[in-house]
Amino acid sequence: MNMLKLSWKYLIAKPLNTGLNILLLALGLSIITVLILIQDQFENKMSKDAEGIDLVVGAKGSPLQLILSSVYHIDFPTGNIDMEEAQSLSRNRLVKNIIPLGMGDNYQGYRIIGTNHDYLQLYNAEIEDGEIWKKPFEVVLGEEVARKLELKVGDNFIGSHGIGSSSHEHDEHPYLVTGVLNRMNNVLDKLVLTSIESVWYSHDEGHDHDKFTADVSTTGFPPTEEDREVTSLLVQYRNPMAAVQLPRYINSRSSMQAASPSFEISRLFELLGVGVKLIQGLAYAIIFIAGLGIFIALFNSLKERKYDLAVMRTLGASSLQLFMHIVLEGIILTLLGALVGITIGHVFLAVLVAQNEQGAISGLSAAVFLQEEMWIIVYAVAVGFVASLIPAYSAYRTDIAKQLTRS
Amino acid sequence: MLEIKGVKFQYDKGKPFDIPDFQLNAGDQLLILGKSGSGKTTILNILGGLLKPLAGEVRLGDTLINQLSGAKLDKFRGKHIGIVFQKPHILSPLTVEENLKLANFFSGINGDRNLELLQELGIADKRKAKVNTLSEGEAQRVSIARALANKPDLILADEPTASLDDQNAEIVVKLLQEQARKHHAALIIVTHDQRVKDHVVNQITIGGLS
Repeated sequence: MNMLKLSWKYLIAKPLNTGLNILLLALGLSIITVLILIQDQFENKMSKDAEGIDLVVGAKGSPLQLILSSVYHIDFPTGNIDMEEAQSLSRNRLVKNIIPLGMGDNYQGYRIIGTNHDYLQLYNAEIEDGEIWKKPFEVVLGEEVARKLELKVGDNFIGSHGIGSSSHEHDEHPYLVTGVLNRMNNVLDKLVLTSIESVWYSHDEGHDHDKFTADVSTTGFPPTEEDREVTSLLVQYRNPMAAVQLPRYINSRSSMQAASPSFEISRLFELLGVGVKLIQGLAYAIIFIAGLGIFIALFNSLKERKYDLAVMRTLGASSLQLFMHIVLEGIILTLLGALVGITIGHVFLAVLVAQNEQGAISGLSAAVFLQEEMWIIVYAVAVGFVASLIPAYSAYRTDIAKQLTRS
Repeated sequence: MLEIKGVKFQYDKGKPFDIPDFQLNAGDQLLILGKSGSGKTTILNILGGLLKPLAGEVRLGDTLINQLSGAKLDKFRGKHIGIVFQKPHILSPLTVEENLKLANFFSGINGDRNLELLQELGIADKRKAKVNTLSEGEAQRVSIARALANKPDLILADEPTASLDDQNAEIVVKLLQEQARKHHAALIIVTHDQRVKDHVVNQITIGGLS
């Protein structure tokens, strides 16, 4: 027999009460766990996808929309920009490199992105199977696209117009899979990558045999005599000066707009933050009620237990040991609550991820354990300690003689 | 071994009362008789260190109990004094055996005698049972076992037979005496129960005639 076992015996003597308190606390803590897990991984993923992209240039509209559509490929593009104007930007001395993007088509909900080979280099993408596109209508698939749609090198498919699914098909120009990427754990996994030329030609009328068999450009803008458009540009700065001058220059002197991914994403998190704060507040309220529940349970049980405590004193227990006895009960309760809560949080996230295979949270993992979760346990134990202080002090003060002569 | 000298006590509002001086040796037995309200239990509480007397000395062995306080008093009580109450007061979340082990734990004494004790009191087969499955007589025997678990020098019994029928009352008194004798412990029974009178020769009566 020891103090821990004694407190445990008293807890399991009231399984319903104990279970309810643990569950209530676990509920509050599981919400916190899910929030921490999502926030950490989401921010990680967001900053990983935007790495190396200093500025996004596109048609005027919402800057956040531009970032979401061109960097994360989740929102609709703001429109197209004239390629001549885009090309003039690449001659600016503040610009180190520009990657043009052409969007507008999808295959089964996965976006077809026209770009050049620099885009793959930006993310250090490696080809797992096959090779990078060289001719128009040759595509490289992200790992998830290939896996989910069961496509492999050599397969053909027909893209549809629009960036969501279900729209008319470009049936006259089938795409040919020439390569599949390694799993990157970033936005590339969900993209169908091809040349800008493919995107242009799929929207052209007619069939120009010479154009369709010529090699596509691998870097910069494709040379063309025609009046062409692209959707957006991913810009890398040459020096820190560019961060100050370039966005202002583009926004005021051209018909295009420039948006910084880091700025827009922090703005997005600020917007989402209100919702997160609300849920967080709810979780803390639940934890507070759980703490109160534990306090009330201990306090009530103390009334029935005054006699037991007095008997323990006659058996040689000191006041301090009785204090410990009650505090330990609070701590055991909350420690179990924390462990159950963290477990529920992870299971909940796993279910959430499994149900949202194509959504924004599909890249998250429930099998990640963060240091913050240790703090959840510390926090929970602190709640247990505080909730049991008053009952424990009351146990500490038990007047044995009075208790024993009362009945 | 146990010596009471000039002990006085007073409750908040009541008039002060003296407790007669007496001495007991190891293995001695004493019956304190008195009506309810005569202060019998108060005497027991003072002897057990649960209440502090206003004046006087309570000496057990070489220790003045009335001068101890705090955790020291608690540990001394746990090690040297076994108390049996009118009601058994077995800790209900624990089994019979665990109740004895808890007494051992609080006093830092090993419980190698627990099983033997339970056998002698005829409740060894109930050692894994919870208190709510025991009869009154069995429960009282458990409380005796628990009081004896730390090999005390002094056993104090407060109306141990009050809630028992004749048969069980006799068994309990006999068991208390037998165990006290066996372990060379002094035994003091406080009661107003006339059935106990015939069993103990050494008697004092307080608070007038009973």
